[in-house]
Amino acid sequence: MPSRFSGNAMNYHWNWGIFLQQVQAGEETYLDWLISGLGWTVAVALAAWSIALLIGSLIGTLRTLPNRWLAMAATAHVELFRNVPLLVQLLLWFFVVPELLPRDLSLWVKQDMPAKEFFTAVICLGLFTSARVAEQVRAGIQSLSRGQKMAGLAIGFTLPQTYRYVLLPMAFRIIIPPLTSEFMNIIKNSSVAFAIGVLELTFQARQMQEDSEQGIETYLAVTLLYFIVAFSANRGMALIERRTRVPGYIGGAK
Amino acid sequence: MSFFTQFDFSVIAPSLPFLWEGLKFTAKLTLIAMAGGIFLGTLLALARLSSITPLAMAATWYVNLMRSIPLLMVILWFFLVIPIFTGKPMGAETSAIITFTAFEAAYFSEIMRAGIQSVPRGQVHAGQAIGMTYWQTMSYVVLPQAFRNMLPILLTQTIILFQDTSLVYAIGAKDLLKAAEIAGKNYGRPLEMYVFVALVYFVICFALSLLVKQLQSRTAIVR
Repeated sequence: MPSRFSGNAMNYHWNWGIFLQQVQAGEETYLDWLISGLGWTVAVALAAWSIALLIGSLIGTLRTLPNRWLAMAATAHVELFRNVPLLVQLLLWFFVVPELLPRDLSLWVKQDMPAKEFFTAVICLGLFTSARVAEQVRAGIQSLSRGQKMAGLAIGFTLPQTYRYVLLPMAFRIIIPPLTSEFMNIIKNSSVAFAIGVLELTFQARQMQEDSEQGIETYLAVTLLYFIVAFSANRGMALIERRTRVPGYIGGAK
Repeated sequence: MSFFTQFDFSVIAPSLPFLWEGLKFTAKLTLIAMAGGIFLGTLLALARLSSITPLAMAATWYVNLMRSIPLLMVILWFFLVIPIFTGKPMGAETSAIITFTAFEAAYFSEIMRAGIQSVPRGQVHAGQAIGMTYWQTMSYVVLPQAFRNMLPILLTQTIILFQDTSLVYAIGAKDLLKAAEIAGKNYGRPLEMYVFVALVYFVICFALSLLVKQLQSRTAIVR
């Protein structure tokens, strides 16, 4: 492909109609590729986000408990998933983890597991983000005044009840802004899934660029799609933030 | 069948020199992008806070745009577009260095902006009152304090940057991860290599994060 490098910007052949053209080998158009890529990106991001919220909340809560062993285990979880690059984690989940499973399960994962790439990416991205969510949840719980916990215990709640009815409802409402950033991060980070062959947007962008040789149009379209998804996520979270504002706090409802 | 009967970690030792080359590029990329990113990021932050509206708007746009696209897309963008503009092919390594500097500048600029805004306004007025120009006030009064306040966060961002450099994998630049992959292929033992680099990344990042924690307590300004 030396032709791509031979000229300057003036020589680039623009072709905005490329999206409606058929791909080299097949009936679909390039637009079909991008739309299916968008679908996978959203699917990976949403599925991973639910795992991240669930496990992150659990781990974040554990880190604030008086039980030292539980808190230490939770800290280990956070440090483990925070200190290894996402891409390296993904390659470990995809190539190494199946080898560690019992023989039959290992064979099934390697040969028969449906949508293996998708589930691997979801688990990996979910756990990676869970460490970040856990840190936010912990910070949220620790930002509450000690009096809240004491009040809960004083009126006869058990510790789990105090968390369930007093601390967590407050903490979650306070940490919505940083959770919004994490939600947008998970959408952006889902692009790493291309490395194990999930057919998401970045994968489709690379494929379309090679297939059509119209790199700039391709990347512009894909960038715009990422932008739209991230922006919608941001607005969605902003809506939740407005609905759940806590009266009496800065930025809270009156 | 346990982990150690199946895996053969003896291939690590002979490939260490090769992995070291990869780690050197990862470190070089991290350090250049950190220094360049903090420098450009500070300029971007000053531009965002400046009273010249077009300048502030341009900087805001740049920062928001960079922060809303996946880094991988930015890496692919630069790798594709720079040769089109310069008219000659560019190595993946050079492209990676330019990309990371430009990308990290956006993130560092947000940190520096917060740092600048954390300095009491009276300090700027004091600088002006004793006759300092804008650049003098910034470089002798505001920025040193902003930098000190934000040092832990700047370093935390650098740890994230260090991890993110593994994404140059996408354009084939030879960093630590790529070197591990090549070594794994050569020895027919890719899995051991992945486990080993994961360990290397973990040890470096964990050690750095402990350092940041220590620094945090030391540099905190008592007001």
